[in-house]
Parts: sequence; C-alpha cells; structure tokens
Amino acid sequence: MTHSPSLNHHLTPTSDATAEAGRARYASLLGLLGVVLLASMGLSLSLGSFPTSFVEVLHSLAAPQDSDIAFIVWELRLPRLLLAVLVGAALAVAGAILQSMVRNPLASPDVIGITSGAALAAVAFLALFGTTLSIHWLPAAALAGALLAALLVFLLAWKGSVAPSRLVLVGIGLSAAMGAVTTLLIVISDDAAAMTAYVWLTGSLYATQWPDVLGMLPWLLVAVPLCLVYARHMDAMALGDAVAQGLGVNLLRSRLVLMACSVALAGAAVAFAGGLSFVGLIAPHIASRLVGRGFARLVPAAALVGALIVLYADLLGRVAFLPKDLPAGIFVSGVGAPFFVYLLHRTRYHRG
Amino acid sequence: MPPTPAKPPRLTGEALHAGYESRRVLDGVDLAVAEGQLTVLLGPNGSGKSTLLKTLARTLTPSAGRVCLDGQDIHRRNTREVARRLGILPQGPSAPEGLTVRQLVGMGRFPHQRLWRQDAQQDAWAVHQAMIYADITDFAERSVDALSGGQRQRCWIAMVLAQETDLILLDEPTTFLDLKVQVDLLELLSRLAHEHGRTLLLVLHDLNLAAAYADELVMMRNGGIVTSGTPREVFTHTNLKRVFDLDAQVLEDPETGSPICVPYTRQGAMPPTRPAPLTVDRRCVS
Repeated sequence: MTHSPSLNHHLTPTSDATAEAGRARYASLLGLLGVVLLASMGLSLSLGSFPTSFVEVLHSLAAPQDSDIAFIVWELRLPRLLLAVLVGAALAVAGAILQSMVRNPLASPDVIGITSGAALAAVAFLALFGTTLSIHWLPAAALAGALLAALLVFLLAWKGSVAPSRLVLVGIGLSAAMGAVTTLLIVISDDAAAMTAYVWLTGSLYATQWPDVLGMLPWLLVAVPLCLVYARHMDAMALGDAVAQGLGVNLLRSRLVLMACSVALAGAAVAFAGGLSFVGLIAPHIASRLVGRGFARLVPAAALVGALIVLYADLLGRVAFLPKDLPAGIFVSGVGAPFFVYLLHRTRYHRG
Repeated sequence: MPPTPAKPPRLTGEALHAGYESRRVLDGVDLAVAEGQLTVLLGPNGSGKSTLLKTLARTLTPSAGRVCLDGQDIHRRNTREVARRLGILPQGPSAPEGLTVRQLVGMGRFPHQRLWRQDAQQDAWAVHQAMIYADITDFAERSVDALSGGQRQRCWIAMVLAQETDLILLDEPTTFLDLKVQVDLLELLSRLAHEHGRTLLLVLHDLNLAAAYADELVMMRNGGIVTSGTPREVFTHTNLKRVFDLDAQVLEDPETGSPICVPYTRQGAMPPTRPAPLTVDRRCVS
C-alpha cells in the first residue's frame, strides 16, 4: 500500500488487465452457479408427491402460519433440501482438498477410509443396537466410525511425516478390509436391519429433520473457512514438496489441518446422508474445469457444484418414480457422470 | 572478474552428517558459501553434492552437525522466515497442468504474504521484475507445461527470483537442456551474482561449464569435500583424476583464461602433447 498505484500501472498493464478479466469471469461464474442453485432450490421445494405451486410455496415460506402446506414445505421438503445442499457442498470440498493434496485426480473421501469407516460403524450400529437404540443415534455412530477410520489410516501411514501417496495406499487397503466386515455384518443381521443398512449405504436423505440440518451445518461453518485460510499453502504444495518447503510452507502442519478439514466434512456428510461420496470425486473435477487453477477459487465453485448434484439427485429420487421415494445415491452418478463426461470432452487444459 | 571484498558467509554447514533411510551420504562436511559469488558443487554421481545442497536448503535434516543461516540453526527457525532470505530450486520441478507462467512466478511471493496482509503492489512489481530478468514476459499468460524445457526452467528461476532472497540454491538447474540453453541459463545466474550481489550455490554436472562460470568450485567425492577453490586453483588434471577418476588434459580457454578439460580418448597412442581441438562444447561427463 506504500507504493503509488500509478507505478504499478505503468509497469504491468497487461497483468492487471488479464487478472481483472479473470476475476470478473470467476465472479460471474460463481454468481451464475449461485442463481442456478437458488432457482433449483425453488423448483425442488415446489415439486413432490403433493402437488404445490411455486407461488403457494413462496407464500408458505413467507407466512407459514396461514398456509395449508406449511407442514409439507417447512417440515418435509425444506430440511431435506437444505441437508442435500449442505452434504453436497461438504463432500465436494472434502474431495477438492484430497485431490489437490494427493495430486491425483482419482482421490476422493473414499480412498482415505472415511466412507467405509462410517459404513462399518452404521451397519454395526444397526446390527447391534437396531432394535434397542433410537435410529437418531445412527449419524453419531457413523461420524465416529468415519473419524476413527481416518485416524487409523493416518496412524498406519505415519512414518515421521505423512506422504500423501502412502496415505492413499493405506486408505484403500483399510477400506477394503472394512468393506468386507460391513458385508459380513449385513449378511448375518436380520432382514429389517439389512434393508435399513442397505438404504443407508446407498445414500438417502429420506425423512430428514431439522436437527440433521443443524447437526451438519457447524462442520461446514468451521472446516470451509479453515481450508480457505490454507488455500495459498495448498497452491504452493501443488508445486511439489521441495518447492513448497523452499517457499516456506510448513508441510506437516498444512497437511494435518487440510486433512482434518477434509475428514470432518466428509465424515459429517456421510454420517447424515450415507454413501453419497461419488460427489466428492466428480464435483471438484467439474468445478476445476469451470474455474481453472487456484485452490481458493476451486473451493466455492466445488461447493456449489456438489450442492447442485445432490439436490438434483435427491429431487429425482423423490419425484421421478412416484409414489416410490428412491435413495439419492442412486442418482448421484446418474446426474453427475454424464455432465462429467461431457466436460471431459469439451474443455481440456491447453497442453502442448 | 569479481574483485569483491570478502564478506562473512551467511550460510554455513558445520560437520554435516546426512543421508537417507538406508544410506548415509554426507560424512562430516564443512562448507561456508561465499557471499555474492557463484559457487558450484561438482562431483561424480553419488558423491553427495545434491544431498549437501538439500541439507543446506533445510529440505533434509542432518543427523549430526548443523546448518546456520545468519548465525542461527536453519532447522530451528521459522521456515517462512528462512524463505524470505533463502530461495531454493530443487531438481526437475514439475508444474501442475494448466498453471500459467505468471501464476507460477507469483508463487514466489508466498513467504512475503500473510492472509490479512498482502502488498499487492510490491508482489506485482517483484513478479514483473523477475519475469523481465528471466526474459519470460512474452509468454507470461501461457501454461507452463506447454513450454520448452529451457523456457520452463527460466520460469522456475523467475519464481525463485520473485522470492527476493539474497541466497539462492539450485540443484542441477541445467540438466537435460541443450548446451545453448545451459549457457544462457548460466549467464543469467552469474549476472545475478556479479551484478546483483546475490549468493548462488549450484549443483552442476558439466565440468567445463562449471569451470567456466563458477567463482568457487567445490569438488566432492564419497560424501566429503575433496578440495575447493577458484577453477584455476582446483580444476587440474590431478584433481579431476582424484575426484572423477577421469584422465583428462586441462587446457586454457584462450578467450577467458578459464580451464577446460579434454578427456583422453581410448585411441591409446594419443600423446599428451598432441594439440587437442579446442572446442568448448566437448563434454567430459557421461
């Protein structure tokens, strides 16, 4: 701030112009995604097994006390919609963190054992306490499982430091082992518990209530700003460990903080919505193809894309096969994959 | 060339022992990097020159001994604070797909930036100067992975320059590049030392280029320093034999007076007195 603005202007006119254009393009893209998300939320609130018009829904949102459909909008559709948005955003950001850190496009919350840990804990909970404890404890059990699994992967991969590649290998191994135990538990538990477990594993937002939304929200409010604080560190680490160290990045601390954010986001999302983690693989890819390089830019865009994917997956599950309410997990790949393949074909980085 | 008054060295290694999990490489190395000069670490493969550079750069922690920057142990200092004084370019760095030249050079500003305190003017200025110096402004907006090897290496050097450090360590910055490109890069680096007073420490593979550009040559073998001094002092037939096990004739570049080595070929009968063709582009190293 001590330099005169004109000095810089004379020296680097092109950089200012291109950077300005890039910023403007990014801002308009985020704005567009935001508008699309809001419109989709309106659409989702208006559609369902009980026919409601958009105007009625708006009226009910503004004045619930004198609306006939207040219960449908406020207690059935809105919490479910909001949880879809939060879970999608959380999984997308968790995936963005992992993919950037591991420098591997195939990384996702699955590979460091989060999903399988949560699944194992959830299935074990259903098998052991399915009849004695309230189902409301399921998210807590799943979250504990996710965090424990991530911690275990960390400890097993620890060798004086955490090399991302070793983390992934250990994670895949442990995931496979936990997957086997999960399957075993489903096979030996009774039919009702097995059915509940199966729906949970697919990933469903069925019967979401406000406490679920309020349970999910704090994880995002803490982890997303925290990972943005480390965005520059992440960009530096993308240049390789030695370069990042030379630039003054504390590798261990940065990795631990970012990894913790990813685990918290994915763990909470999986706990409340089950196995939707494919979102964590594709949403960051779609976002990075839209916004290009830079972790700080990637995170908000990935969050919006992830929210949109889960929102539409759940909307399809709710209304496409009425009166059946199908788990969103079935449609996550259905919504995400075609768009993903389309983007892979259309945009590619300018390579020499 | 440089009749610089000797300033006290800022970067020193004292009795350094270092290595990797299974193998100990450095065996009690002492080194003081000469201020404002271009120092080259030279030695056969596995002699420990890269390990020494990494240890001095704090990328590798020594098992014994210590590295001091301005009198303080470098491994105990805040790494970001070190990064404002010491820039490093590791061997064969790779940029992520799609990263533009300007973005890469901008990363050099990392140690000067805080979350709430970023001097955008100063950053833009430093990036701009670094790009001018490395002559990469023409392709500033192109992505790094689309450039040629020499252009790419100039971008990485510009990134280290944008860091605005007095000390710069580079691990084999010219390997796998054409001779002309190597010469251009070394010209650029030696100007940094001689015209801008920066202190440079390089690992090089090419003996003749090292002899032509170094102010100070440090010759290593088996994890220790065999000898060091100006090229005229240490770039001799005996030392080349001792350090590299290389039989070579050392001649003098008629233009600059710097020593050049020409290895004896296997044609056996070649007498040492026979005038060898004086071409600088004969490389002596496998």
